[in-house]
Amino acid sequence: MIVEPQCARFDNIALEGGASLSPVEITYETYGHLNSDRSNAILIAHAFTGDAHAAGIGHADGKPGWWDNMIGPGKAFDTDRYFVICSNVLGGCQGTTGPGSINQATGRPYALSFPVITIRDMVRLQKMLIDSLGISRLLCVSGGSMGGMQSLEWAVSYPECVLCTIPIATTWRHSAQQIAFNEVGRQAIMADPDWCEGEYYEKKPPARGLSVARMVGHITYMSDESMREKFGRKLRQKEKFGFDFGVDFEVESYLRYRGNQFVGRFDANSYLYITKAEDYFDLTNGTGKLTDAFRTVDTRFLVISFTSDWLYPSYQSQEIVRVLRRLNGDVAYCDLQSNYGHDAFLVDIAEQSEIVRGFLDSTARLARAA
Amino acid sequence: MGQSVAAVIATQPVTLAERPDFSVIGEIIEPNSRVLDLGCGEGELLAWLTKHKHVLARGVEISPAQVRRAIARGVSVYQGDINEGLADYPDKAFDYVILSQTLQETRAPLQLLQELLRVGRRAIVSFPNFGHWGVRIAMLLNGQAPKTRLFPHNWYNSPNIHFLSINDFEELCRDQHFPIERRYFLAGARHVTVFPNLLAQTAVFLLG
Repeated sequence: MIVEPQCARFDNIALEGGASLSPVEITYETYGHLNSDRSNAILIAHAFTGDAHAAGIGHADGKPGWWDNMIGPGKAFDTDRYFVICSNVLGGCQGTTGPGSINQATGRPYALSFPVITIRDMVRLQKMLIDSLGISRLLCVSGGSMGGMQSLEWAVSYPECVLCTIPIATTWRHSAQQIAFNEVGRQAIMADPDWCEGEYYEKKPPARGLSVARMVGHITYMSDESMREKFGRKLRQKEKFGFDFGVDFEVESYLRYRGNQFVGRFDANSYLYITKAEDYFDLTNGTGKLTDAFRTVDTRFLVISFTSDWLYPSYQSQEIVRVLRRLNGDVAYCDLQSNYGHDAFLVDIAEQSEIVRGFLDSTARLARAA
Repeated sequence: MGQSVAAVIATQPVTLAERPDFSVIGEIIEPNSRVLDLGCGEGELLAWLTKHKHVLARGVEISPAQVRRAIARGVSVYQGDINEGLADYPDKAFDYVILSQTLQETRAPLQLLQELLRVGRRAIVSFPNFGHWGVRIAMLLNGQAPKTRLFPHNWYNSPNIHFLSINDFEELCRDQHFPIERRYFLAGARHVTVFPNLLAQTAVFLLG
């Protein structure tokens, strides 16, 4: 399945913070076919540093999508049955308008003049895209991590437009620990002299800061167990310690590699804006009353967490499940056993596929019966 | 002699196909009602009720593998402990709360039954009858914790922590003023009409 990104353009979007953007562009990919009554559309929301290329082989670079193991013919999100859409988030740097985009008013990149955006804003732009595709109701919105936050936001903001929601490895509001790790990433970027208050687009990007931010991120995506299994204390291409500050351990080499690789594909200012959007995320708008947020939501839910995920621990998913249960909502929940930490939703997908497939199938059946 | 009797009362675990209480429960439940199944396993009963009675089905199950299979078959089941889960539900949230072959495995059966009747307009409780003659004979002849077709586990790895007979349950309902609406006594798939505490393997009570 060779896929190509597409782009939709809108004149204006009003943002939660009061500002607006005009125009605004959103890059997306689609897989499978929209059926005649437009009832088989699924929106996939990507995680923090993901992009619109969720599945298939990219036309330009020949790379598989970030959730290619979950989306495709016969897979959990079965493109023989469903029409799957994935778009790059607002504030991102892979085709959708973000701080690196050209501000039409000035002819220069927005940089820090880009307005601070929220998860709700990301979802609002997705809604504009879905409307423009002529889809009034999505069969499902799903995603892991920040994609899960967007899924929850969809259910709360547009309950009449979503039949079911599958939030995975996520939370209904960012916790102190999650904010803390994001802040370390932001500080690493802003401490890099090349950052230049965000005005680096015509110069050298803050590569060192961004790669350190990514290294921290990668640690939080794994687990003690998965790191022990993957690296242990193995040395990198040497028998003895170097007694210097070069790379000794495999884990150091891995983190440096991941950090460097990230710099080539991600914009440091997008890192700042998107992590801020995550940190602001709170479905209850600060009241803490999740029951109120979900009161008018009659979407079906399949909530999934992973036992070794310490970045988005299972209790956060269980809080969502408890409130939905209290409201007598239609909620299924499973805490899947995995050693892969937060990354599990991307890599440890056998059991996740099994339940997503069955849940979607039963939702589609309910939709037909209704 | 003891061994041969024990052998006659086979020790195979009861499988789904041999769950006659399901058909009784299926008969009891009225179409389009709201049903919560506590300890729903792989959701077989809920899937059946959804298909044939168009019920609004919810389930709780503690085993992740069973939860997975239940969700995969399209039943809205959440992974959790039945005791802590129930507290979240408002009063009379369901028309029926089912506790099928699970009562004898719970730590605080009385509180659980009270919660059942709070959350459900009615409760359906089924359990294996420890008063069954096979159990009595096995105990009498072997002088050991009975291992029978109904109670196939060894004492040390049995999920059952309470052993109750039909008479025990009736007595509890009397003492607690739990209104018994209907009762069904089964030996295999056959309904037992006389001496249920001696002859029935499984009891199904409709409370409320």
